[in-house]
Amino acid sequence: MTSKNSYNDKKRPVGVIGAGSFGSAVSMLLSKNRNVILYARNPEVVENIKTDRQLNGFPLSSNIEPTNDLEYLARECDILFPVVPSSGFRMMMHDLSPFLHPYHIIIHGTKGIEVSLGEGESLNNPDISISRENIKTMSEVIIEESITLRVGCLAGPNLAREILQGHPAATVVASHFDEVISIGQNLLRNEKFQVYGNNDLIGIEFAGVLKNIIAIASGALSGLGYGENARSLLISRGMVEMIYLGKELGGSTQAFIGLAGIGDLIATCTSPLSRNFTVGFRLAQGETLQEIQKTMEETAEGINTVHIIKKIFENSHNRAPITEAVFKVLFENLKVTKALEFLMRSHFNVDINFL
Amino acid sequence: MVKRKRRKYEPIISKSRKWPVVLLTKHRDEFVEDVVEDSFEKIIRLCPGKAALREELETTMYRERLRIKTMPWKADPPDETDFWNYVKVSLVSSATQKDDQAERKLLKEIITRYVNEIFSTFKPSRHRLARRIVIGGFRRLLNATKIKTVTGAITGKHTLRDKIEITGEIEQLRSLATKGIIVMVPTHFSNIDSVLIAWVIFELGLPPFIYGAGLNLFNIGLFAYFMNSLGAYKVDRRKKNLPYMETLKSYSTLAIQRGCHSLFFPGGTRSRSGKIEKRLKLGLLGTAIEAQRKSFQEAEENGNDARKIYVVPVTLNYNFVLEAPLLIRQYLERKGQERYYFEVDEYSTSYKIATFLIKFFTKETKISVSIGRALNLMGNYVDEEGNSLDQHGNIIDIREYFMSDGKITENLQREQEYTRMLSNVIVKEFHRINKVMPSHLVAYVGFRIWRKQYPKLDLYNFFRLPVDELSIPYNDFKSAFKIIKDQILQLHEEGRVDITDILYQTTDKIIETGLNNVGMYHVARPIIMNKRGDIITKDLHLLYFYHNRMDGYDLEEFL
Repeated sequence: MTSKNSYNDKKRPVGVIGAGSFGSAVSMLLSKNRNVILYARNPEVVENIKTDRQLNGFPLSSNIEPTNDLEYLARECDILFPVVPSSGFRMMMHDLSPFLHPYHIIIHGTKGIEVSLGEGESLNNPDISISRENIKTMSEVIIEESITLRVGCLAGPNLAREILQGHPAATVVASHFDEVISIGQNLLRNEKFQVYGNNDLIGIEFAGVLKNIIAIASGALSGLGYGENARSLLISRGMVEMIYLGKELGGSTQAFIGLAGIGDLIATCTSPLSRNFTVGFRLAQGETLQEIQKTMEETAEGINTVHIIKKIFENSHNRAPITEAVFKVLFENLKVTKALEFLMRSHFNVDINFL
Repeated sequence: MVKRKRRKYEPIISKSRKWPVVLLTKHRDEFVEDVVEDSFEKIIRLCPGKAALREELETTMYRERLRIKTMPWKADPPDETDFWNYVKVSLVSSATQKDDQAERKLLKEIITRYVNEIFSTFKPSRHRLARRIVIGGFRRLLNATKIKTVTGAITGKHTLRDKIEITGEIEQLRSLATKGIIVMVPTHFSNIDSVLIAWVIFELGLPPFIYGAGLNLFNIGLFAYFMNSLGAYKVDRRKKNLPYMETLKSYSTLAIQRGCHSLFFPGGTRSRSGKIEKRLKLGLLGTAIEAQRKSFQEAEENGNDARKIYVVPVTLNYNFVLEAPLLIRQYLERKGQERYYFEVDEYSTSYKIATFLIKFFTKETKISVSIGRALNLMGNYVDEEGNSLDQHGNIIDIREYFMSDGKITENLQREQEYTRMLSNVIVKEFHRINKVMPSHLVAYVGFRIWRKQYPKLDLYNFFRLPVDELSIPYNDFKSAFKIIKDQILQLHEEGRVDITDILYQTTDKIIETGLNNVGMYHVARPIIMNKRGDIITKDLHLLYFYHNRMDGYDLEEFL
């Protein structure tokens, strides 16, 4: 296979951790500019890639080398893009950490959060109260688990399938470090993919995380057969809710009205490609959460996020009606139609009061 | 009480001519030249092109002339007006020239002038004398009042060491001072701090540290003498122009790079509120990080090992802050949106300070100094050998934090970010090593009890309450006190705060000690017990000031 790619193979390769759909999309984007080493936890996946040269149904560029060896990955690459579900993120960092050096730069693409509770505690305990200190964004997990300081994240409307098909799109690289942003931009940018920078790392991470809640609700509206008026209502009110929650969690308003906020929100709330949307859709069609989770191939981060965010804001003066409604549908078997009634009766009727 | 035997610390470098600060003075000209060069390049980079450079110079000139007119100080050099007039004339005459040679030359002259202002000449002989005056004088003062015999005064049974207790990671500090370069960062509550720290440094057998002392202190005769002798360089807080700030930072960076142990008060100025610093000034702290990167770059070129820089947080724990009434007034004025205030520091005259020192040595009170564990510049703890360790016990090569694409690179934004991270760790360490004294606790408890009685009043109206009407029956006070004391002991167990031994005594005894000590020399005492045995206050502002020391431990949940 001859490649017309303009990548610079004299420079050190870039690492991607996680061979899920977004991991392969990120690998594909990076492979246009650099050689890529793609880590998959499962040795079988590595073997399959080596023999088939394809991943999730899409052909892989020749300059993507699969591996099952984290030490090799960390040795060969200065820049790493972990894209693994939040539930396995800390474990992955724990395994990777011994091989990391202070010169490593890590830009993650995981739109989820982690909750850390005392020993023997669980979110399912109704009496447990949690605060911001109990939850960690993925950049916070990276810093806790390793010596890496130069950390960033990817967020934005990045449906993996569309990226793999080569449709035009854009993303945000967020980091406190300008150099991380510009490295991310140089590595990811191509004629069909634009990359914006933002210094509000925590805000951008939460934008990507919180929008998943709204995406579930949006899927549910579609599942009930409602149209675009209803969806627009949800998206704009969801936006307001995200800003309230996000500010309290340490982000700025600006983070939520950019590509990683409103941009990602629109994409996930309107696309059946989104896993979180699918969860909501199937719930509205009458399936239970257990049934849905059994048949999903990849994690819908929104389910865990709803649980955590609902717990955090239980004791807050800020109200999060959409999150509460989604929580009741997911975990308390409330009918979607009932949840919608509850939302429509809400007396929260100031349009915009945060700008 | 059994007197603990105190160890005497031998000097780690016995010959004063080998002290880094002495070497710096010896090679003064070369050093000044380097600082000029370094800051010149930085400013040129910040103001590229003739127009930008002219604008900066014009702003600087304007501000300087304004300062000379509105805020003249005794310590100012006599030829200031002439110099800035010369700058003005030169700027006018070079306006029409095409190139920026004249502006560059002018900038260099300004920087050179600033460096010479900042530099103080360190003289070992004078240092020895100053030290002898500080130590001998204090001792004699102490003994003359304690033991009323001539022999007692001369043999010096009571020493400063009995008054000032130094605890914490002393051995590590001494050991690291021989291996690398120390940047000591203490909390700052009083003008006395710099003299106190200088004494601590001497007592621990360390060579003198350099530190930036406010030029205003050089207005005070007594201080000026000590400052010049203790390795201080002058920082003029009236000058906020870019060339001055950059020069100051270059000075600090290059001095550290040359191995001078340094002292920054990272809060910038004295804590006006009495709270432990929560926000640090990043400018000077950043110079430590820059110095480390430069050392690594230099070492890479020369093929040798760079000396490591270690940050050592220190807290100074007082029962009494001389300037408290002024500080808290300024704090409240600023918070109350009074944007313009005039700094008249009535507590910083030689006379006031001398009186304070006499009181300090004649009354039973202790100052305690806590030396924290050393950190690397990224805020990780380091071991006795000076190695930074990661979560897995592997040695971290901090050089690699300055690398990108396999090379050490200069990236100021990156270093700013590291500075911000480091400052957060220092603030945390301050709270952790801060030593809670009984006086802090009584102030906290008293203030909180009264404050909670008037939840509807804002702070400013609360302060207007007539103090005669405020009193707390002793038993109520005691039970509230016990709750807070237990919480502090709990925090201490968890390693989140340090305490003085007195906190293990009975509640009554702790309260008594606290009441006797808190702000003991103020005319209006912040909290005392009246004849009926009730707890009363004479000054709510002062009480607030001393209470603030316990801020940041989430005690509000408990009282």
